[in-house]
Amino acid sequence: MEFFDTIVAILESTIRVSVPLIFAALAGLFTERAGVFDIGLEGKMLGAAFAAGAVAAVTGSVLMGLLAAILISVLLSLVHGYASITQRGSQIVSGVAINFIVAGSTVILGEAWFRQGGRTPALDADARFQTVTFPFADAVKDVPIFGPIYSNLLSGHFILTYVAFLLVPFSWWVLYRTRFGLRLRAVGENPGAVDTAGISVIWLRYRAVICCGILCGFAGAYLSLAMSAGFVKGMTAGKGYIALAALIFAKWRPVNIMMACLLFGFLDALAIRLQGNPLPFIGQVPVQLMQALPYILTVILLAGFIGKAVPPKAGGVPYVKER
Amino acid sequence: MSDIAIELRGIDKSFGLVHANKNINLTVRKGTIHGIIGENGAGKSTLMSILYGFYQADSGDILVGGNRVTIKDPNAAISSGIGMVHQHFMLVENFTVLENVMLGAEDSQILNTSISKARVELKRLEKEYALEVNPDALIEELPVGLQQRVEILKALYRKADILILDEPTGVLTPPEADHLFRILGQLKDQGKTIIFITHKLREIMAITDEVSVMRRGEMVATRKTKDTSVEELAELMVGRRVLLRVDKGEANPGAVKLAVENLTVRDSRGVTMVDNVSFTLRAGEIVGIAGVAGNGQSELLEAISGIRRAVSGTVLLNGKPIDVTGHADPGDLRNRGLAHVPEDRHHVGLVLKFDEAENGILGYHNDKRYLNGVFLDTKAIQADAEEKIRKYDIRPPNPRLKTANFSGGNQQKIVLAREMERGPDVLIIGQPTRGVDVGAIEFIHKRIIEMRDQGKAVLLVSVELDEIRALSDRIIVMFAGRVVGEREPDATEGELGLLMAGVEGRKEAAE
Repeated sequence: MEFFDTIVAILESTIRVSVPLIFAALAGLFTERAGVFDIGLEGKMLGAAFAAGAVAAVTGSVLMGLLAAILISVLLSLVHGYASITQRGSQIVSGVAINFIVAGSTVILGEAWFRQGGRTPALDADARFQTVTFPFADAVKDVPIFGPIYSNLLSGHFILTYVAFLLVPFSWWVLYRTRFGLRLRAVGENPGAVDTAGISVIWLRYRAVICCGILCGFAGAYLSLAMSAGFVKGMTAGKGYIALAALIFAKWRPVNIMMACLLFGFLDALAIRLQGNPLPFIGQVPVQLMQALPYILTVILLAGFIGKAVPPKAGGVPYVKER
Repeated sequence: MSDIAIELRGIDKSFGLVHANKNINLTVRKGTIHGIIGENGAGKSTLMSILYGFYQADSGDILVGGNRVTIKDPNAAISSGIGMVHQHFMLVENFTVLENVMLGAEDSQILNTSISKARVELKRLEKEYALEVNPDALIEELPVGLQQRVEILKALYRKADILILDEPTGVLTPPEADHLFRILGQLKDQGKTIIFITHKLREIMAITDEVSVMRRGEMVATRKTKDTSVEELAELMVGRRVLLRVDKGEANPGAVKLAVENLTVRDSRGVTMVDNVSFTLRAGEIVGIAGVAGNGQSELLEAISGIRRAVSGTVLLNGKPIDVTGHADPGDLRNRGLAHVPEDRHHVGLVLKFDEAENGILGYHNDKRYLNGVFLDTKAIQADAEEKIRKYDIRPPNPRLKTANFSGGNQQKIVLAREMERGPDVLIIGQPTRGVDVGAIEFIHKRIIEMRDQGKAVLLVSVELDEIRALSDRIIVMFAGRVVGEREPDATEGELGLLMAGVEGRKEAAE
């Protein structure tokens, strides 16, 4: 039974660490499917986490924190959009620049405003997201097998966790079952087709970028208002890049993205659990190796096992009317 | 009700210093096929882009059905009843036919209802115009002819009465082009107006009712097709008399210069592009390789010239093997007497940012005549460039001008001068006149024949069947990577066309 509990505990923390990855990877899905590559997921998430932590600390309202996160993240997205859509700049350079600016400025602003070494003040319970307990969760806790799964694995997460998982089918529906989704996918493949069909390529791509900003806002808010009680400098710790890896790994498809994020989350959870515990036969595994696993896995799997990940054809290329 | 579909009055458009359209007047009658012909860069595409709302004219008026309209974007063109089939198809390759047809013309936010409506409408259009295509097929799985049909359906779905087709036959096999012409005839009979842009005179004569000729941004003439001739149109296009037929004497084939045996080449995806191809090329003859683009001709050229590694097979140059499956080195092959004019001069043949003189020695820059010790002998290079400019009539005659600023025809002459002047034994030429205007074509063809008459072996690959027939002493037809037939140059176009479409070849292979 102890082994079973361990599994449930690992899966429970898998879900917990997967959530920001799912938000961020879905964010990347919207913008990259529209042909705007975004290496700046990391920076947007970090900026959002800071905004959420700072505003929630000052106002004491979790909702204000979330809104601030979304606002900042959308603004950063628009900067990326302006550079790469309107000015037709390099999407990689713009994304990297955003990552750097946010990494530096969150610390500077945090120190200037709160004087806690770049942190935002620890939040009260009211200023954080609360966990949701399903009905009868307490009552069935001790039922074997079902009990732990229902009470620990399914119940007791933050509301944003459920939002993240519901966003997966919702994103699929938007992309594959709405007019907006059809056009968005078209503009990522052949913007010329969209332009000649009488649809504005620029406005369509901006809308995709804004979707990305909103979702990154959720990812950031989750980090500082749910997972932790406030912002800590550099708290995204590369999650934006892992989300990007998950996006490629999932070949830019929503359900695959969820699976990939859960897999990477699982490796992360496993790494935490294994810290200090030797593996049978192998012995002590350096924690760094476990942390590097998602990347190693992406490279290996992409290199030979899951076939070629074909990015949206017009991805990374600014649209210029042919002359 | 006027019988004028479109009238353009005084359309003027400049891009920076380039005056693309100068005071253009054009009248297109309803229910006719109106051809617009001109050399590359004459301003045909710019004019049509203005009509379709891609660009705005600097001045001038557009009248559709007698009413003045402002066409500020493609949307406005579509609502004025204008549809366009672009030279490079504007299709999303991993979408279905249905999705492509309705893109931008969906009638609700949720797709399901739009899809069922579009399906019904598409069925109706298919029936009305005999344009059959499976609505659920993915574009990337369709042959180009059908992709083009989808483009036409897209325009009809948007209720276009006026269809603009920009160089529609460039990607088609002759049978596919014939089919397109039949479709256009039907559309005309149903009352649609068609504007047909091309630089091929034969097509103009075959299907248009009226034809307008553009030259250097100006509309120089409009004629009823039945009152004009190919010769007159060519002269109007170029501004001087042009020799359309190539004069050449009998070939005197000599020793075998290039022998290709069982050559197989795969592309980067592992698809077999050249499949067990064998042929020989003799001194003093031109062998033409005909085929629709993408049937392995490009890969064949690349393998022989050492750019792409072959999977198997042997190639003998002057009787000595080329290491085509290993480390064939284009530089080494050049020294052994093989010159190569690549199909894609912009990406392979030239460095567009280099000036004319630099491009003129590219690949031959280690020749002693261009070197002064370890340094380039700039004086010699300059003199060499000036001589080539004179001999090949390269314009403008400025060796210091960036290659990007030359016209397509002159760029091609730069490449030809470089490869021909070194006196190779074997000359491999891909698409010698792609994107080259009529006047330069004449010149290039003459030079190629001259090379032959000097006893060089010339391998010619072109998607222009007319060119192959005019120049070649023997014609090899490729389809799906295989040689499906060899013919004399007097083979009819129909016969070659069937071979190129893979129809005849299959029969032959089966026999």
